[in-house]
Amino acid sequence: MTKRLQSHFESVMKHFFSLLHHELRALLISPSTYAAGVLFLFLMGWIYWRILLQYSLAPLDGLPASMFFQLFWLPVFFVVPLLTMKSVAEERRLGTLETLMTTPVNALEIIVSKFFAAYLFYCLLWLLTLAFPWVISIGLDSTAASRHLLDGGALMGGYTFVALSGLLFIAVGIFASSLTRSQFVAAMLSFCILFIIIIGMRELQEETIALFPWLGETLSYVQIFKHLEDFSLGVIDTRPFFFYISNCALVLGLSVLMVEAKT
Amino acid sequence: MAGHSIEVQNLTKRYHQLTAIEDVSFNIEHGEVVGFLGPNGAGKSTTMRILCGLIPATSGIARIGGFSVATRIDDVKRLLGYMPENNPLPEDMRVLEYLRFRARLKEIPAKRQKKRLQEVLDLCDLNRKTSHKVIGSLSKGYRQRVGIADAILAEPEVIIMDEPTIGLDPHQILAIRDLIETFRGKMTVIISSHVLAEIELSCDRVIIINHGRIVASGNAESLRKEFINRVTYRVEMKGGLGDFGQLLKEIEPGMTWAPMGKPDSDGFLNVTLTTPQTEDFSERILEKFQQQPGIRVRAFNRVEANLEDIFLSATRRSWKEVLPAVKPNDQETPESF
Repeated sequence: MTKRLQSHFESVMKHFFSLLHHELRALLISPSTYAAGVLFLFLMGWIYWRILLQYSLAPLDGLPASMFFQLFWLPVFFVVPLLTMKSVAEERRLGTLETLMTTPVNALEIIVSKFFAAYLFYCLLWLLTLAFPWVISIGLDSTAASRHLLDGGALMGGYTFVALSGLLFIAVGIFASSLTRSQFVAAMLSFCILFIIIIGMRELQEETIALFPWLGETLSYVQIFKHLEDFSLGVIDTRPFFFYISNCALVLGLSVLMVEAKT
Repeated sequence: MAGHSIEVQNLTKRYHQLTAIEDVSFNIEHGEVVGFLGPNGAGKSTTMRILCGLIPATSGIARIGGFSVATRIDDVKRLLGYMPENNPLPEDMRVLEYLRFRARLKEIPAKRQKKRLQEVLDLCDLNRKTSHKVIGSLSKGYRQRVGIADAILAEPEVIIMDEPTIGLDPHQILAIRDLIETFRGKMTVIISSHVLAEIELSCDRVIIINHGRIVASGNAESLRKEFINRVTYRVEMKGGLGDFGQLLKEIEPGMTWAPMGKPDSDGFLNVTLTTPQTEDFSERILEKFQQQPGIRVRAFNRVEANLEDIFLSATRRSWKEVLPAVKPNDQETPESF
């Protein structure tokens, strides 16, 4: 029995790595990936430059990195749809999802590989933004200013938050893509869902806290901005980990069901 | 191999009010090449998709290699090579790259992959130059070959191909027919096609489906007996047409004749003789004609009903009338058409 389970696990892992390799390759040759990358780096570079400009004009509290991560939602709204819209929708439109489903791979392996490919790319894009403070600190004479820019705690907290919240965001993108055969509809759907999760929840909490304090309290657990704040301050709580990982699993599970039901 | 290679019992698929297939039953033995025929929307693709586990059936049983498609899909997938209708392929991959990816997914051992890929490329006539091309730039014929190469890659026990010859030129159709010929006896093959001549030449047996029900199943001989209740002879003759009808009555009372066109420059006319009797009257007709000094015969042949006639006759008949006569396993020993 254990041997059977082991061989099953081995075959699942083999499928997963074959699929992941295929998906990464597909992402690397897709123009939308590069569009997402260029837009993302351009926008983030511009934001970083604006932040530094503000710091140069007047003394401000907080670190540039903290302020930079406060605007994490801006690129999420277009990078996530651009990276994920093609994943399932295009395969469904072309019919290649069907041929994939007739091989010994299952829907879970397909979805998880698509998810990880997009997630790895998302993390890579964010990691590239490390170059901004690094490049600027090279050009600066003052070590104090350099230390200020490359503050380990703030950067670590910010990137941990991005990596963690990215799990849910990318999963949402994959889910939206699994619902339709049109890339455009998938992108719109993922944008809307992400907007509701990030901005909508915050507005909802603000509106409800006065009317239903108990509901406002509960909603505070799912405030993504709150999680970012905690991470930036170096507060590593297990609750956000649980929130993002469990919701990511839930959304991916729904995507698997969609693929199985609509092939 | 014990049991049938493919076993389908009372398979039904309903989409809300619409019944795509109803009570479809058939068995296919290992190594048989079976043609699946039917007009558009008859339920061919639905049946094939259920067999591949892509859609669930509303009721009924489908087994491949003894494994139930509904409960043992993982085992079924390992026995199956499927080429869907329209042959979807990733446009941006190279042929070899795609087949290598599929080989990994189909769990072909790494040691054997290279050899098997070369075998398949040779079998499907995909040369070195083509195998390095991007799929999106290939012609329809080459795309079909890539689809077939993928279907046979893992040497599956069962190959299901939905319209494999659609959009191909006669040379390519011939090549694919030769390819299917190499599978005979080794793999079980189901092919759906609109090209009736194609099915007639490649398949051991035909299953004709109409309005979601099987209306005919068997080899050409048995179908001809069942659906074609007349025999036609074609004669190229000159003279003696005055009391020709009477002459034919002496051979077989039910025999009728009809001229085809006008006599040619030598005065020879094409005539068809039709009889409801299925027994062969060729010899008697020729004998009788020879006894008539006024009749000169230049050519004579017995016209066999082809699959097209059988198909038209089977689909024209009401399924209610046909169904009781069709049993799922009424085929004789498979023989080539």
